[in-house]
Amino acid sequence: MTTNGKMKNIYLYARFERLWHWLQTLLIVILLLTGFEVTGTFRLFGFGTAVEIHNFVGLTWLIAFAFFAFWIFTTGEWRQYIPTTKKMLSVVRYYMYGIFRGEPHPVPKRTEAKHNPLQRIVYLIVAAILLPVQMVTGFLYWGYNSWADWGVSWLSLQVVALIHTAGAFAILSFIVVHVYMITTGHTLFAHTRAMITGWEEVADEESVGDWEYKSKAA
Amino acid sequence: MKITKRINPLLKHIVLFACGLMLISSPVVAAGPEEKQAPGRIMAQQATKSQKIWWTADHSKHPILQKDFESGDELTQACISCHSEAENQFHRTIHWTWLADPSDNEREYGKAGNSLNNFCISTNKTTDASCLSCHPGWGTSRESRVNCLVCHSQKNMNFDEAVADIRGFLKEGDEESREIAREIQAELRDAAQDLGLPARRNCGSCHFFGGGGDGVKHGDLDTSLANPSKTLDVHMGVDGQNFSCTRCHTTTVHNISGRVYTQPAATDRKSLVEDDLTNKITCESCHTAQPHKSGKKMNEHTDKVACQSCHIPDFARVNPTKMSWDWAQSGKLKDGKKYKTKDEFGQYDYMSIKGQMKWAKNVKPEYSWYNGVIRSVTAKDKIDPAGVVKVSWPVGDREDPNSRIHPFKVHMGNQPYDKVNQTLLMPLLSGKQGYWNTLDWNEALTVGQKSMGLPFSGEFDFVQTSYVFPITHMVAPKDNSLSCKECHSKTDSRLANLKGFYMPGRDGSKILNYAGWSVVLISLFGVLIHALGRIFSNGNGRKVD
Repeated sequence: MTTNGKMKNIYLYARFERLWHWLQTLLIVILLLTGFEVTGTFRLFGFGTAVEIHNFVGLTWLIAFAFFAFWIFTTGEWRQYIPTTKKMLSVVRYYMYGIFRGEPHPVPKRTEAKHNPLQRIVYLIVAAILLPVQMVTGFLYWGYNSWADWGVSWLSLQVVALIHTAGAFAILSFIVVHVYMITTGHTLFAHTRAMITGWEEVADEESVGDWEYKSKAA
Repeated sequence: MKITKRINPLLKHIVLFACGLMLISSPVVAAGPEEKQAPGRIMAQQATKSQKIWWTADHSKHPILQKDFESGDELTQACISCHSEAENQFHRTIHWTWLADPSDNEREYGKAGNSLNNFCISTNKTTDASCLSCHPGWGTSRESRVNCLVCHSQKNMNFDEAVADIRGFLKEGDEESREIAREIQAELRDAAQDLGLPARRNCGSCHFFGGGGDGVKHGDLDTSLANPSKTLDVHMGVDGQNFSCTRCHTTTVHNISGRVYTQPAATDRKSLVEDDLTNKITCESCHTAQPHKSGKKMNEHTDKVACQSCHIPDFARVNPTKMSWDWAQSGKLKDGKKYKTKDEFGQYDYMSIKGQMKWAKNVKPEYSWYNGVIRSVTAKDKIDPAGVVKVSWPVGDREDPNSRIHPFKVHMGNQPYDKVNQTLLMPLLSGKQGYWNTLDWNEALTVGQKSMGLPFSGEFDFVQTSYVFPITHMVAPKDNSLSCKECHSKTDSRLANLKGFYMPGRDGSKILNYAGWSVVLISLFGVLIHALGRIFSNGNGRKVD
């Protein structure tokens, strides 16, 4: 995988970042299970309990997300999500072809650039569009009885519910691919370990382009 | 080697994670201490806690009630000698007039008017004497005075029969007959001296038998409510609150609240908390509009779902009720004679004089939007015999803020109509010329329509009809109320027939579900192919130069 074969440990994910990641994992799994029960896909907790859990976890999520938003903007980490087309094609080519040939990843992880161009665009869509859509539609759905007070009686519960369901399908698909992609590190669990301990083993080479750094100063 | 070094930090992270989780969740958890009882129960218990009824009059000491009464009218006169306004008041109530609105000369809603149903159809403006057994006068005479005892005596007695017997035995004149008469008179005197507010049995002596038999009409009103268990009716249960009817059906100048004919039983949804002089007929009068424990989703249902919908899981839970009545099947004879057969409940499911009837127990109600108003077809109204004719139906709409989803018993009928005039027909049933005697529709319909003052073309057929009863009694204990999935279910939702709104668990988009699961499966399939590619190629770091 590397040119000189040497590996080094870098501290990639801060404590809060890891907490947020696993917290949202837990919350999303619960939300998916209870949410699909509420839409009538299967029976697990019982409808009433599923609604109560879903509402509770959903509101917990909103609060947790506020912390995340605060963190990402105060630390400047939001720059890690700025999309780019540079090396995008080589990353796509890598996952479609190079990975089977044992080629090195064209954009190795670095503290200042932990996301490759594909991750940047996907995570940006998830964090800036998909999750907010779920939060807004979920909050509206939860507050259905207050719509008149909020002046949004013109809304259709059906439309809100269907957008929320569509979002859930998108998140579920994301998880399927995401859980698979984390096995594509230099070992199957390298990426998982990094998200638990914060430390990731990466190829010891200077291959991060200037454009990737979240700030020029770094 | 690094793994062992990291075990401690790892533990620390887990603890931190758990603390973070609790911290984040705490504002949501902190909804306040768990309430022991729902506020709606506390309110209702307060509203009904003082049930000690006291009197200033002992009727057994009144000289006027010490005599041997010879007629009903004489007894009524005794009551009126003190309660001077009672009879006049009562004459102006629907219990006496059997007219919903005596000033309405056009439609004349009411049993004594042009209203009809799909049971015994009509009283033929009270010419059908058998109907008058429930009229609160003496006997089946329309001219008699008010029978105060039928509602107010605490003794269980057939007063009409007693008075008729007294008169009969006195007429006989011999000593033995007079002795028997005196015995009945003593019994009647006891009944006349033991008075009070109407008990369940008093009201039930007519209302349990609506339609001519126990439990025929309502489905939530039958003799099982005379002494019900708490499981059957949480309010009236003798092992519980032991409410009498009048606990909720309060009275003003002998007008008893709770009638649902052309007017709603209550026009506003106020609790005694909001207005201590409001009516006490609705659930919310005592329980308020937010009766469940705070934060419970059920409190957010009360704007659109009537309490009865969830708290009366099914009706006719002890005695069966009649669900359909097909008059067209009547008139069959066995060996040239009228006959009747019984069903599994011991109820007549076929009678030559009445036709085919279906009884049922533990019936799931049907649900409709309802703002408290029932509309009905009268004998004067044109019908469309092409489909099922709704003789009565609940008024309400999802968009109407006063409408809520309410449970109903729907009784199906098949009854005669005039093919030329396109109106339902009112046969005379009892008496010499009545259908029950003659089994001759033509005569019964001719006489019946004449009694109504309405035309009959002579051409008739039968038409399917439906008739509704709001279900409001037989409220089950809270543990027996409906679970969410009874309605929030894709299959067999109790509200499957109510359209025009999105209901979680019941509704969804099939297209969205197919599309959604397709995307998920394609993703799964894609990563599987990719994984297989990695396993069978030399790639992904396993290739050594």
